[in-house]
Amino acid sequence: MKELTVISGKGGTGKTTIAAAFASLAESAVIADCDVDASDMHLILKPEIIETMDFTGLKVASIDEIICTGCGICRDACKFDAISNDIRIDVYACEGCGVCAYVCPEGAISLIERKAGYACNSETRFGPMAHARLGIAEEASGLLVAVVRENARKLAEKYDRNLVLIDGPPGTGCSLIASIKGVDLVLAVTEPSVSGIHDLERILGVASHFNIPAMVCINKYDINEKNSRVIEEYCKEHGIELAGKLPYDDTPTKAMMQEMTVIEYSDGEFSKMVKGLWENIKKKLDG
Amino acid sequence: MASGKGGTGKTTVAVNFALSIEDVQLFDCDVEEPDCHLFLGLDLEKIEDVNILVPIVDRTKCDFCGKCSGFCQFNAIAVLPEDILVFPALCHGCGGCALVCPKAAIVYKNRSIGIIEKAKEKAKGENLEFYSGALNIGEALVSAVIKVLKKYADESKTVIFDAPPGTTCPVITSVRGSDYCILVAEPTLFGFHDLLLTIDVIKKLGIPFGIIINRSDIGDDRVEKYCETEGIPVLMKIRHDREIARLYSEGIPFVSRMPEWREKFVQLLDKIRVQLASEEAGNLKEAGT
Repeated sequence: MKELTVISGKGGTGKTTIAAAFASLAESAVIADCDVDASDMHLILKPEIIETMDFTGLKVASIDEIICTGCGICRDACKFDAISNDIRIDVYACEGCGVCAYVCPEGAISLIERKAGYACNSETRFGPMAHARLGIAEEASGLLVAVVRENARKLAEKYDRNLVLIDGPPGTGCSLIASIKGVDLVLAVTEPSVSGIHDLERILGVASHFNIPAMVCINKYDINEKNSRVIEEYCKEHGIELAGKLPYDDTPTKAMMQEMTVIEYSDGEFSKMVKGLWENIKKKLDG
Repeated sequence: MASGKGGTGKTTVAVNFALSIEDVQLFDCDVEEPDCHLFLGLDLEKIEDVNILVPIVDRTKCDFCGKCSGFCQFNAIAVLPEDILVFPALCHGCGGCALVCPKAAIVYKNRSIGIIEKAKEKAKGENLEFYSGALNIGEALVSAVIKVLKKYADESKTVIFDAPPGTTCPVITSVRGSDYCILVAEPTLFGFHDLLLTIDVIKKLGIPFGIIINRSDIGDDRVEKYCETEGIPVLMKIRHDREIARLYSEGIPFVSRMPEWREKFVQLLDKIRVQLASEEAGNLKEAGT
């Protein structure tokens, strides 16, 4: 079984459009949506939820106001400024480390579990899908990404599928790292803009930091052909294969508004190019 | 400036807005992928390392009792019968392990997880101060960098924070404490879905907000209809314009080539002030004063 993560560094480059298109092209895949805080994949794939699992992320401190004497020792010990002057826990700032509970002379503080979201296993028209929803303003997205990936691997075993196709989150931090660790290949989707190039360099840096082979796709390459050439040169210099280039086209937006993948929506030029992109990636995965 | 979905134009709006108004500070809080500086053409200099404290174990004192790993909520310390391992990347720097160690075998040292940078000078002819944070490659603690970055905000100026995409902790850290939040949205299926999530966050934080619809002619009218129904102000609409896209790809703020937009951004600030004043008045009325 192989794992492929589609990443972009910056949001809005067309990651989900491309990952959803791959889902409709891959014959034997499990889909994993690891953009757990603002996932969009489900809007196209319309998963039918088979099972839902609660996700408890980091714990959170809770003060028993009856026992608390307001001494402030906990507030001074907290490294995250999560306790206010009137000794209340700011649940958004609390990281659930337990230091406040330990230092409280009255034993007024305990750590409680908080339901931070849920993970789901579903069925879609393209096969099984693992996805999740992190509660609003929750931490621990990295942990939830790890749960989704584990669920996807189990689904792949259960249904005998040979690929886990992961739609990654934007960024280069905690949840992104969790979505690429140990995968066989990442596809970085970029745009030929000054900021796109900058973001691509950072995201490829993260991939190489964790020793993961990468390929690049330039989306909307014709918005700025000069910058597209800069990206191609950069890839050549760093020994990174270009998986393909896609032109600026309104097919993805039109397909999205119809709640379809681009492959389902049209078999025009754009979809042919996406198919070509997919063939190159498959070769690399099988090679 | 926030948005659930990435790529909706937060940075474009933040930079062009900042360039159009007076006496302003701009902060790039998207420390995972900081990009604002590319549009400002400013040289940055490092002004601070963002450090977190990580434990160092003195093996001559440690007797492998396991109290520290038992306490650590983040699995950053593992104790074996005759060895102890620290995983710095998992450590949140809470200080708990040293607190519970009966042998005082744990001390802390600083570990740099990112940097804070400042523009060497104000943008040419502009009264704009610029700060940005950057998370080191391979690091995970995003919010820690944002928290340090925000300390440079000057209350006497108009301060614009360009937030990262999404709805999780880095976004909360960026947005908290603001007087107002502008949400940049696209009128598409994904754009609308992610906008609803972000509105949920901003409402939870109790911050007044309004919407800017970017590429307002690419999808349909679902965002606008929703705002109308919910009484959410649509502050501005920016049509999908290939010229704006091209300027963006070159790293050029469009107000520098399309001066008519400067006035629109000045009016945007006025709109926000009016909305805040009327909400304030409403709140006072509610409080019966």
